[in-house]
Amino acid sequence: MAESAPLICRDIHKTFDKLEVLKGISLETRKGDVVSLIGSSGSGKSTFLRCINLLETPTSGDIIVHGDPIRFKNNRKGERIPADNRQVELIRARLSMVFQSFNLWSHMTVLENIIEAPINVLKIPKKEAIERAEAYLNKVGIYERKDYYPAQMSGGQQQRAAIARALAMEPEVMLFDEPTSALDPELVGEVLKVMQSLAEEGRTMIVVTHEMAFARDVSTQVLFLHQGVIEEQGSPDKVFDHPESERMKQFLAPKF
Amino acid sequence: MAAPRFPELPMLDLKGYGPALAEGAVVTIELAFLSLALAVTLGLLGASAKLSGNRVLTGVATAYTTLIRGVPDLVMMLLFYYGGQVAVNALSDYLWETRQIDFFFQFDPFISGVVTIGLIFGAYMTETFRGAFLAVDTGQIEAAKAYGFSRWHTFRRVMIPQMLRHALPGIGNNWQVLLKTTALVSIIGLTDMVRVAEEAAKAERMPFHFFIPVAAVYLALTAGSELFIKWLDKRANVGVVRGN
Repeated sequence: MAESAPLICRDIHKTFDKLEVLKGISLETRKGDVVSLIGSSGSGKSTFLRCINLLETPTSGDIIVHGDPIRFKNNRKGERIPADNRQVELIRARLSMVFQSFNLWSHMTVLENIIEAPINVLKIPKKEAIERAEAYLNKVGIYERKDYYPAQMSGGQQQRAAIARALAMEPEVMLFDEPTSALDPELVGEVLKVMQSLAEEGRTMIVVTHEMAFARDVSTQVLFLHQGVIEEQGSPDKVFDHPESERMKQFLAPKF
Repeated sequence: MAAPRFPELPMLDLKGYGPALAEGAVVTIELAFLSLALAVTLGLLGASAKLSGNRVLTGVATAYTTLIRGVPDLVMMLLFYYGGQVAVNALSDYLWETRQIDFFFQFDPFISGVVTIGLIFGAYMTETFRGAFLAVDTGQIEAAKAYGFSRWHTFRRVMIPQMLRHALPGIGNNWQVLLKTTALVSIIGLTDMVRVAEEAAKAERMPFHFFIPVAAVYLALTAGSELFIKWLDKRANVGVVRGN
């Protein structure tokens, strides 16, 4: 049997109170896939990404990380919750996330941010964690900022530090939640460049993005979400150049 | 604990009350620190209960803070001192009669003082900590979750250090008021610094002579703590860039 897929999501539904935000999203990745999730605000793409690492608990559907399905149970109120918090922690450690607003821990230096989870969650020795952190800081080009606090850096530098933090977990899949949306336009490029180099290395990535050029040039798979369903899915060529859905055509149409 | 001697300066002749006053000052300081430890513990528990989302816990914590903050400190203290011993006696009788367990302790003024002051300031600390926990940016906690931190690890490494930034000014205020509230314990007969000074002042008919040094000790303690809190505040706010 071939190596199991890094991540499989089957028929994910998510309902907040009465509002159904996700109406059955499925996704299967191969190793080295770069999946772009695109769509307008409110289409459910960020919610779907947050369901993958259980920051939101899907109302129904399966998530399987490298052959390991996440177990759920119902609580007394009948809501679905993860059955085993320890399993969730272990799975999250294998899927690191990069947030729109960076979310670097503001009371720690860049280096401390990067070694915190490898030491305390992955339990690797401190010396090794520091070596790993320094290597990734070099890779994202901010090694000389390692002793800065997040608030002392530009948004682009903070996001690159956050990417180094994600890389230091050596995850199976990296999740990016609109990583450039909070950046000034002139800082977007430096972050996208780093992400492109990661894609070229063959890292498996799932990226929620509004950067159409990135989705078109870097992804292996594009999912266009609209009102909680996948309207269009496939290779960038297919989705961008030969879209079948009316919504996708509207979405791509020049706005002015 | 061996009490440090009040220096018998020629200009400040304490008429032989120096050692007693020094012992009283040590009692005041012990009382204040033990009460603070209890208050911080109760404050963290109270704030966690209020933020737990559990209705019973929230109810208990709300009843606690409402009750304590609504009753004068002195009334609470008298209630605990006289009432506390009655309760211990009743419990002792009950345990002996039903289980033959020999349990008793004397509810002395010191214990009453620590319990009362700890409970009172625990209620204020609960509100201080609750506000401070709510002020922590949710993104910081979400990042901890997303990297596989356990709840305890998130609490210890992210919530506590970030919460302290918001809580320290409030803790500092509470501490100053707490320190001064310890003077009330002289009323239930604890020989703290205030009690000794009162006796000396009466006996010697020299109120200024004894109360001014006591006031000076309180002032030194509060001023010293203020510097310490400032230093803590600076440490807790490392990595924060403040606009002017």
